[in-house]
Amino acid sequence: MTVLLVSIAALGVAIVIALVRVVLGPTAFDRVLAVNSIGTIIILGIALHGFIMERPEFIDIAILYAILNFIGTFAVLKLFSTGKLS
Amino acid sequence: MLEQILMIIALGLVGIGTLLVIIGAFGLIRMPDVYSRIHAAGVIDTGGTALILLGLCLYSGWNLVTVKLVVIGVFLAFTSPISGHAIALVAHDRKIDAEGVDETRSYSSKKAGK
Repeated sequence: MTVLLVSIAALGVAIVIALVRVVLGPTAFDRVLAVNSIGTIIILGIALHGFIMERPEFIDIAILYAILNFIGTFAVLKLFSTGKLS
Repeated sequence: MLEQILMIIALGLVGIGTLLVIIGAFGLIRMPDVYSRIHAAGVIDTGGTALILLGLCLYSGWNLVTVKLVVIGVFLAFTSPISGHAIALVAHDRKIDAEGVDETRSYSSKKAGK
């Protein structure tokens, strides 16, 4: 249990480190990449949070987050490459 | 006895996965350009997720939660490389330079020269 608490705290630190890249990334692609990584770390964090709270049904929310992360990244990349979303 | 060994293996896998996530996040701010940062983010997407989800599978035992964790793992294993590839493709399409590229071949010096 203690390992899971330390692990979720370390994932929070990793999110803050990746957020530095979001703030000062020179190009927009750095920001997209860092936001994508933050989404992946948040999926892991939700799964760990479900086990810490002893209520693993939170995994469903993590599946939803994975799908939203993928779709969001591709929407932003399509906007960059073609200039429109339709 | 077997339960305790399984628990130790599970928590060890979660710990190693967390370490890989931290390493990937550091690579995300230390690497010099977009393309090498994609390489660093790949450590988070493959090593971190695979080890942490495998550790949680062993931690939870054998029930429906294990199946959901495997579903998340398979989905991330398919979508993360596609995302990285798409980011690299669009960045190359929009003429983003790699760090340390040859002067005559870089996009920015061509734009400045002509």
